[in-house]
Amino acid sequence: MPASSDLRESPAAAYDEPVTTRPVVRARRSTRMPWIVVAAAVLVAAVMVLPVLVVIGQASAVGDEASRLLLRPRTAELLGNTMLLVLLTVPITVLLGCGAAWLVERTTLPGAGTWRTLLLAPLAIPAFVSSYAWTSVLPAVQGLGGAVFITALAYYPFVFLPAAALLRALDQGHLDAARSLGSSSLGAVLRVTMPQLRPAITGGALLVALHLLAEFGVLQMMRFPTFTTAILQQFAVGFSNAAGSLLAAVLVLLCIGLLALEVPLRGRARIARMGAGARQRPVAYRLGAWTIPASAALAALVGLALLVPLVLVLRWLVRAITSGAVVVGPLLAATGSTVGLAVVAGLAASLAALPVAWLLHRYPSRLATVLERVTYLASALPGVVIGLALVTLAVQWARPVYQTAALAVLAYTVLFMPRAMVAWRSGLAAAPPELLEASRSLGLSGLSTLIRVVLPLVLPSALTGFVLVFLAASTELTATLLLAPTGTETLATGFWSASDELDYVASAPYAAAMIALSAPLTVLLRRQILDQR
Amino acid sequence: MSGAGISITGLTVGYGGPPVLDQVDLHVRAGGITAVLGPSGSGKTTLLRAIAGFIRPDQGRIEVRGEVLTDGPALVAPERRGIGYVRQDGALFPHLDVAGNITFGLPRAERRRAAQVEPLLELVGLSPSLARRRPDELSGGQQQRVALARALAREPSVVLLDEPFSSLDTALRAATREATRAALAERDATTVLVTHDQAEALSFADQVAVMFDGRFAQIDSPAGVYGAPATPEVGRFLGDAMLLSGRAVGRTVYCCLGQLDLAEPATGDVLVMVRPEQLVVREPSDTRASVSSVTYQGADAMVRLDLVHQTTRLVARVPGDRVPRRGDEVGIAVPAPVRSFPQR
Repeated sequence: MPASSDLRESPAAAYDEPVTTRPVVRARRSTRMPWIVVAAAVLVAAVMVLPVLVVIGQASAVGDEASRLLLRPRTAELLGNTMLLVLLTVPITVLLGCGAAWLVERTTLPGAGTWRTLLLAPLAIPAFVSSYAWTSVLPAVQGLGGAVFITALAYYPFVFLPAAALLRALDQGHLDAARSLGSSSLGAVLRVTMPQLRPAITGGALLVALHLLAEFGVLQMMRFPTFTTAILQQFAVGFSNAAGSLLAAVLVLLCIGLLALEVPLRGRARIARMGAGARQRPVAYRLGAWTIPASAALAALVGLALLVPLVLVLRWLVRAITSGAVVVGPLLAATGSTVGLAVVAGLAASLAALPVAWLLHRYPSRLATVLERVTYLASALPGVVIGLALVTLAVQWARPVYQTAALAVLAYTVLFMPRAMVAWRSGLAAAPPELLEASRSLGLSGLSTLIRVVLPLVLPSALTGFVLVFLAASTELTATLLLAPTGTETLATGFWSASDELDYVASAPYAAAMIALSAPLTVLLRRQILDQR
Repeated sequence: MSGAGISITGLTVGYGGPPVLDQVDLHVRAGGITAVLGPSGSGKTTLLRAIAGFIRPDQGRIEVRGEVLTDGPALVAPERRGIGYVRQDGALFPHLDVAGNITFGLPRAERRRAAQVEPLLELVGLSPSLARRRPDELSGGQQQRVALARALAREPSVVLLDEPFSSLDTALRAATREATRAALAERDATTVLVTHDQAEALSFADQVAVMFDGRFAQIDSPAGVYGAPATPEVGRFLGDAMLLSGRAVGRTVYCCLGQLDLAEPATGDVLVMVRPEQLVVREPSDTRASVSSVTYQGADAMVRLDLVHQTTRLVARVPGDRVPRRGDEVGIAVPAPVRSFPQR
């Protein structure tokens, strides 16, 4: 599902360039990029961009029929629905995310640590699971209203995460300076805090919008057709697919449009601090009598986004167990194949991300940046587009891999590689050349340095990257529906086929397993906020 | 100068472009401390990295203890040189505590024994209670000292210091510098310090090598580079200096301050270098000046003076208990011999 430029990338990515504090090491100018790393990086980028090219190629091959297929009222309806969903949901998530972040990070609200965890936790519940939970008790949750309701609750953490991290990193010194230069308290917030917060907000909003374009499960359940659901329906109806590829091409254009729109909106603010001296923690805003209403508001948000889906899934699970509807065999098999696919995907994505991350770290250059952006573009595309493109590729040129696990792993790698890349980059940044030199001058050989310095410093981040890809792959639905090997059921597809038949009891064990698998995500993401010191 | 120290001849480093170091020669006696002083970008750090073995020079030789470590592009790996290297930022390993950092370069068996750590911490003037701290729990000065202790743990005969005090504030800098100097003296290590701070170079080293644009302008004792600079640029870089036009005849020079004694005989048009502490306010004197401003610094004061009937501006460093007031007219003199440079 989260087929996007990646939430893990924020908040760092939200400030334009990743925060590289190290000035370019003068001595490194002379060293040439090792060609084998460059070749690997170029190869990875080429594979990543291949699906995009396939979609565009397919669409342009449709020819004369294209205008007839595209200019149908149906297309207008899909476009309208998609736009409406994005335009309604994104502002709500920004409001919820920023409001919650401000309350937690900048006020005297008690229990900030607990709130931080609870507000992030909805990310561990796949949106299509919470939509299943809601419809199982409230069939009225449907259509545009239902879709906005479910997606806003599921995706506001994408804004909350970078906003909270940024608010936490703010320097009170900036606000004090603004006040001493004659700004009012509110003026200081508007002229100092808001510009700094803007990249976080636009980055988070972009992420939400990309997720909305890619969303399938929720919208299918809400019976609210968008491009993504239409493409999958086309695919299910027949494999001909002129219409499908055209819709996919339109979807690609929408994604590129969003990515381009984000650049001017982001602004040029950076939170880099000049000069020496410790940063001053921001002074917390006194809530006073507002403490109770504020707590109640956050409680309501957490209740709707987290507790209701959780309780409902558990209730259905209990019913499933007591009625003996839990069939252990298929459930275990689905868990096994999910974990297997996700582990391989995590390894593949980590491996694929390393060359580019290494180039960016040691030989920052235009080439490295371009390669990085290319991989991000591919993963910003919806899972359905990537899935479709890979199906097309396999059917036409690589029949033997069609319907194999390899293709699904490839799709996960394309979709989720930025998570591994961001992790590698922060890991490699933790092992700068200075430390390697220090180790060499203390008498260690290159190999000993690798073992005693590089690995201990890089491994935690590399593992985080692996886990993030693993978690994303283990709840991926759209591409998996298209690409999972015949006869293989993952937790997501198992859940989907049961809930598609409105069999709430049979779906519950799969839903519970996915939530249990995703729970560690909350811990990992929470650390991202806390690391902002 | 000495076979047991460091001997660098004809070192040229280019990084594929114009040379950053151009035919550099330097000799450091065994157990000596040499400061390489120069503005930023002059090639100081490159020199240090070449000695440490991180850089492959285009040409030139580096010998330590008579052993050739670098001969043109051929070099001994950094880890086999036995040269301690302390960077400006300390470069402590963030995943290890203080003890782990200090024992990092020791053989495995010795790493286990905590007994190694305590004397080293004391050597650099740190409390043994810091052994279990993480680098991010230390102040900047403490980090620097741990980095030094880490480098000294392997008992290197040569220690390279790359601006190790520049990130510290004034009080901490003096204390860390003293602790470092004491530790180096105790180990009798041959030391090369890179710095752009002239006071640091003059107070820390027994030899100062002044570097401009990849070449040494002068290599001499601290008193030599300060008192007898080879060029006006070196004179200016090492401290406040007034450069006045004059005409020299043997050991006497005539300039706007009257007739002054020269330390070395010269002839013809020269630039006379007068340091503020050489300019003395006293009566009686035929050379008159009016005080245009006074910067009081406690022990002494910098007094800006305008020569009467002339436009020349002067600066004198006077004792803090005899400071004239702004607007006073005073007599000035230069009693000690001064240096001169031929006019170009």
